[in-house]
Amino acid sequence: MFGRLTWDSIPFNQPIPLITSLIVFVVIAAVLVWITRNHWWPYLWNEYITSTDHKRIGIMYIVLALVMLVRGFADAIMMRAQQSIAIGQSQGYLPPEHYNQIFSAHGTIMIFFVAMPFVIGFMNFVVPLQLGVRDVAFPTMNNVSFWLTASGVLLTNMSLFLGEFARTGWLAFPPLSEKAFSPGVGVDYYLVALQISGVGTLLTGVNFVTTILKTRAPGMSYLRMPVFCWTALASNLLIIAAFPVLTVTLALLMLDRYLGFHFFTNDGGGNSMLYMNLIWVWGHPEVYILVLPAFGIYSEVVATFSGKPLFGYRSMVFATLGICIISFCVWLHHFFTMGAGADVNAIFGIASMIIGVPTGVKIYNWLFTMYGGRVRFNVPMYWTIGFMLTFMIGGLTGVLLAIPPVDFIVHNSLFLIAHFHQVIIGGVVFAIMAGYTYWFPKAFGFTLDERLGKAIFWCWFIGFHLAFMPLYVLGFWGATRRMQHIPDATWAPWLDVAFVGAVIIGAGIALTVVQLIYSIRTRDQRRDVTGDPWDGRTLEWLTLSPPPHYNFAVLPDVHGEEAYWTRKQTAIKQDQLIKEPDYQPIEMPVNTPTGVIVAFFASVCGFAVIWYIWWLAILGLIGAFAIFVWYAWRDEHEHIIPVEEVRANARERRRIRMEHLHKLSQST
Amino acid sequence: MTEPDPERLNVAPGAPHDSMLSETISYVVGLGLALLLTGISFWVASTSVLWGPGVATGLVVLAIAQMGVHLVFFLHITSGPDNTNNVLALAFGVLIVFLVMIGTIWIMAHMNANMAAPSDLMNLQMQR
Amino acid sequence: MTAASEAPAVGLTHQGSEDTGLGQRGPASKSIVVPYGFWLFVLSDMVLFSALFATYASLVHATDGGPTTNELFHRNLVAIETVALLVSSFVCGLAMITAKRANMLWTQIWLVVTALLGLVFLSIEIYEFASMVAEGAPPQRSAFLSAFFTLVGCHGAHVTCGLLWIGTMMAQIWAKGFQPHIMRRLLCLSVFWHALDIIWVAIFTIVYLIGTLP
Repeated sequence: MFGRLTWDSIPFNQPIPLITSLIVFVVIAAVLVWITRNHWWPYLWNEYITSTDHKRIGIMYIVLALVMLVRGFADAIMMRAQQSIAIGQSQGYLPPEHYNQIFSAHGTIMIFFVAMPFVIGFMNFVVPLQLGVRDVAFPTMNNVSFWLTASGVLLTNMSLFLGEFARTGWLAFPPLSEKAFSPGVGVDYYLVALQISGVGTLLTGVNFVTTILKTRAPGMSYLRMPVFCWTALASNLLIIAAFPVLTVTLALLMLDRYLGFHFFTNDGGGNSMLYMNLIWVWGHPEVYILVLPAFGIYSEVVATFSGKPLFGYRSMVFATLGICIISFCVWLHHFFTMGAGADVNAIFGIASMIIGVPTGVKIYNWLFTMYGGRVRFNVPMYWTIGFMLTFMIGGLTGVLLAIPPVDFIVHNSLFLIAHFHQVIIGGVVFAIMAGYTYWFPKAFGFTLDERLGKAIFWCWFIGFHLAFMPLYVLGFWGATRRMQHIPDATWAPWLDVAFVGAVIIGAGIALTVVQLIYSIRTRDQRRDVTGDPWDGRTLEWLTLSPPPHYNFAVLPDVHGEEAYWTRKQTAIKQDQLIKEPDYQPIEMPVNTPTGVIVAFFASVCGFAVIWYIWWLAILGLIGAFAIFVWYAWRDEHEHIIPVEEVRANARERRRIRMEHLHKLSQST
Repeated sequence: MTEPDPERLNVAPGAPHDSMLSETISYVVGLGLALLLTGISFWVASTSVLWGPGVATGLVVLAIAQMGVHLVFFLHITSGPDNTNNVLALAFGVLIVFLVMIGTIWIMAHMNANMAAPSDLMNLQMQR
Repeated sequence: MTAASEAPAVGLTHQGSEDTGLGQRGPASKSIVVPYGFWLFVLSDMVLFSALFATYASLVHATDGGPTTNELFHRNLVAIETVALLVSSFVCGLAMITAKRANMLWTQIWLVVTALLGLVFLSIEIYEFASMVAEGAPPQRSAFLSAFFTLVGCHGAHVTCGLLWIGTMMAQIWAKGFQPHIMRRLLCLSVFWHALDIIWVAIFTIVYLIGTLP
């Protein structure tokens, strides 16, 4: 009746997951009670959960990512603590079977449920605004994508109190991940959660490529798009190209585990090296899916806070597309040591070095943008400069690793761990923090506190270097990754420094929460009245903060690069806004519960598959199909925003902007 | 209006956009060509008239031709300016398909060749 | 196909008040956007199949001493399957032509024929799978068989979804007529169906023909 789900599946005899689960339940219950007592459910349901508004969906992605960042970081600090304690005689506080789950969960959560939702959340919020349109191409599908990702998050976190998580590392290599060696539910949680959220991500890829290529404001040709939109395009092209391979690879492993197939088994002719190959065909483009929009964020921030147009727009575009294509030609560098031979290794090694060139072009362009500009050191600029220093070193160690003979020595050592954390944290996380600070006022109508923002930056910057620089040294000394017990006591001081670094990063994360609460409490002191708090250059700053549901009363006509900047300068020079346009009623898509209901059934089906509850799995599938057909049968697709409302909002915006203009001309 | 209508600059993939007769002819010609190419494929695969090693290549070429027939006659992918986005997307897809397939086959061939023991020896040891 | 009669993309009601120089004239209409998005999805499906093909190519000789391609595949059955699917693709095209002319009777007829031919294809495939299992060549026998069943079976699963979709579309057309959003879905369905035939060309060539060359 309940498959292999029994009372023993609850970790009564493991204090850490048990107590953590209890704390999580209490927190969730408290939040639910708080929402209920404040009568916020209708608001949340109408304004967020069923919303097809790209801005709301973007915010939901980012909230999800922030929550999972805490979970992923908790895993990290537990690992650092273990490695500081478990030296020589001591076995630390985490037995190997638990430690292995922690590093597996850490990687899975950080990549799939922190970095991806953050990046996708930013693309969701910003891209339609920057393109000067009202929403993405497929708003309902956008909502579904978010909720499928949330379903993956739910399933992964359920493993904490029901069963276990995978002990295989975040990529679940066979033969360890095969049924014979991982008979429990852990790997199944991993596979099912990623398959469900992977569908959501693929749909996002289709959505955004269509939006960017087919829906832009009048006059916005390709070479007039902001660079962030170019990087979003490249990233989503990579999603379309790479995620199907992930789906196949995980499905093949599932077939091995569930139906006894022999793709990657030791017997029957299976070949586990094939898994490595396929998973990295996905895995390498995945990191570029993350880092390209990050580069886009830096481009926007650098141009805005240097008060200059981005240097070398066309070379940026070509560099972005170059990275996009080459990122599909380097995947073997993740398994140089698996024995493909010198000629294969050489080709992929050279390709991996070549991909550093367009990235270098980008760095030079950012530097040249700053040069000769009047740089304003707001918090986003801190993150950007911190990125340039940090990511550069990470990139250089990457070029080192791209040389097969070097890689043979340091593959899977702490050197590798330091490298990829350096590029991901220095590249992606710093960009996320920069973008978070930069676009927060646009989303919520007030800026975050600057001083706390700078403190957060220093915590991350110092904490990161303390946490990971020692790992480079340890890697050269032969320290392998994923060690539950440290065999060599001379490594201890270095690991202790790393632990301190992790604690400092933790302080940064804690301060982020504090900053949010404090900024909300004191928001009236930092209201974004005009909608353009940073003197921005792209179209999202044309709207008030937060923008109306439909973004623009009238789609802006784009006349050149930096559509908003030229329009703003013209208005300042002429001391008047453009002629008031002819307002029309606006059609916007309706809200829909399809996403959350489909995700509910997907979660039910997924849970049932994991625990071998077959009748429930079939019910879940039928439910998902039924809601899909029900959605397809609806007659109401859009609702109309009356022209009076559009006109009133637009005139309010014009009034505020005129006031701002007058203030500007009086001060000059 | 000095610019061409955007609707004419874009044609949806697969959308028929001519008179009923010409649309029908497109499908009929496509069916005929595809049947012909399929027949030839089956014949090529079973005949001993052709040089052995060339047969596989010939079959691949015929398959690509059949795919082309589908793309042009059934999906109406053309090289006109109204189809540029569709063709570009297709080209990107073909590139990725090529990289994934050729890359995997190349890599796995090398991996298998470099395995310590010859594969049939390993099979003997794994009796299942 | 005029711009005015098409449902606009999200919220587009303003065409642009002046000459905007080089570049687009604003967001494309839904009749462009929806099929293009679906085309991208179909291309992602092609990548999915390429991974399955790559797997198959890597494992085709990993028979573990068990049955091989020559022992298992019957070209005659494959030929019938191929013709059935190809003709169903053609008939689907006819359905699009009559749908565009809002001809209810013939559209439903052609859609039924498409589905029936698809069912013929599936029946042969299921028969083939069942007899292979009965002969001691189930997918669990060897890596080669796992790869074969997965590649061909995945295509069959796509065909099954296509049949479900055809049934749903027939019901929707009957209930709602040839409204723009129904037409868009029909167009997506036909693109999907043609794409399935393209994949089948690759399958019968590589798996069945090249795989059983003397």
